[in-house]
Amino acid sequence: MTEEIIIAGFGGQGVLSMGKILAYSGIMEDKEVTWFPSYGPEMRGGTANVTVIVSDGRISSPVLHEYDTAIILNQQSMDKFEQAVKPGGVLIYDPNGIIRPPKRTDINIYKVEGTRAAIEMGNPKVFNMIVLGGYLKVKPVVTLQNVERGLEKSLPPRYHNMIPLNLTAIRKGGEILEAMPKP
Amino acid sequence: MGELRLMKGNEVLAEAAVRCGCDGYFGYPITPQSEVMETLMELQPWTTTGMVVLQAESEVASINMLYGAAATGKKVMTSSSSPGISLMAEGISYIAGAELPCLIVNVQRGGPGLGTIQPSQADYFQAVKGGGHGDYKLIVLAPASVQEMNDFVELAFELAFKYRNPAMILTDGAIGQMMEKVELSDHKPRWTSEEVRQKWGSWATVGKVPGRPHNVITSLELDSGKMEVNNLRFQEKYRKMEAEEVRFEEIMCEDAEYILIAFGTSSRICQKSIELARAKGIKVGLLRPITLYPFPRQAVANLARRAKGFLVVEMSAGQMIEDVKLAAFDAGLSLPVEYFGRMGGILPSPGEVVEALEEKLIKK
Repeated sequence: MTEEIIIAGFGGQGVLSMGKILAYSGIMEDKEVTWFPSYGPEMRGGTANVTVIVSDGRISSPVLHEYDTAIILNQQSMDKFEQAVKPGGVLIYDPNGIIRPPKRTDINIYKVEGTRAAIEMGNPKVFNMIVLGGYLKVKPVVTLQNVERGLEKSLPPRYHNMIPLNLTAIRKGGEILEAMPKP
Repeated sequence: MGELRLMKGNEVLAEAAVRCGCDGYFGYPITPQSEVMETLMELQPWTTTGMVVLQAESEVASINMLYGAAATGKKVMTSSSSPGISLMAEGISYIAGAELPCLIVNVQRGGPGLGTIQPSQADYFQAVKGGGHGDYKLIVLAPASVQEMNDFVELAFELAFKYRNPAMILTDGAIGQMMEKVELSDHKPRWTSEEVRQKWGSWATVGKVPGRPHNVITSLELDSGKMEVNNLRFQEKYRKMEAEEVRFEEIMCEDAEYILIAFGTSSRICQKSIELARAKGIKVGLLRPITLYPFPRQAVANLARRAKGFLVVEMSAGQMIEDVKLAAFDAGLSLPVEYFGRMGGILPSPGEVVEALEEKLIKK
């Protein structure tokens, strides 16, 4: 199994940390992982993206031009990465701020209203975990138990009290995931 | 089994330095390698192993601190990125001329000039052909994974001391910034003063003992006759490195008709290109030089005897391709040697490499 993922959105949305949690969780399952971020000007406010690869075997390139899954959190990223999903692949997006929804018919598209659900949960910051939960429902590359262990590893101890909230958010994402009908 | 972690390449350089018993780090921050010193400052090794970590006022100061510290027989290093390494060039030449062991890490970014902060491999010439003045060589290691960022720190020090020569880890912003699973080396104690005296007392400034002549560290020799003798000694040392220290990796070359040649990040991209090309029925393999100096000339020649063509893939305008061509030419071999690459901080995509392979070698 090799899963090649791009997560893309605005800097500050938690794009890199979503990838990091996924990567840590992969390690907890004894998988090989690569986390390759866009760095530099992007992380200072513009668009940010991270490529995460989780595999049972040796990982070749950290740099990719097509992906099994794209997790899209803003319009610029949709414009950039919709076409980069492999045919038969998966595109998951949060509709908040998306004015041109994805149109491809040869991939599986899912919507996760993460921003709205996060506000309803009273903590807008966990929206990225809700979206991650949607992804893990579609592609259970790591178990929830290992995500919990991944969170313990990736978060400094002073934030460990936030882990239950994050896990609730991940479960929520799985519940509100919506498969978009193909036209 | 060592400790398993998920870490950035830059962070691993710092961990590996502390764990292999490094005595001192002198540096000045620059993207994309600032995490090296940041991590060292977080680790605070001066409270544990006694390793010195010092932020100098400039790259010029760092390299000269390194020069002085290396003269004492200590295991010392610096790191920077392309423009910073250019500033260090004078000091690197002096260190090579004074025959001192040390480690210099270049986490390359796009140039020339201040350029960009994105990954690049355009400092290949600077690393393997000179950079500073005079007939000198650095031992140049090119890691292709975060794991090798760990492994090559110790290897670089080992080779540097074996040959009394500066070693360089030539990597780039991609490997510096990306996280992978890494098995960290176990902690080794720093050499004691007594160990340093025993190992390197014949040349290092460890304090004069009665009956032994002064150990003089300098690259200056105004007597041309003596300076030529020095140069001949350096050259003899470089020939020994060329005979004994070449390292490379061949991937799927056994049945390959075409060979991609790439190092570091490019070699990782090429591994994906091989998967894609082989799925289309193209028999292609990869030669990955691990030591850029000494360059795996023999490996290139061996593959040149049976391949239909080489595609050299670099994140530069084509620098290593010159060494590939020379290696084939010197072995009396003639085959198509083509280049593909991207510049200025843009990474070639695996698909682009396959397209270039088809266009430049297969369709011809």
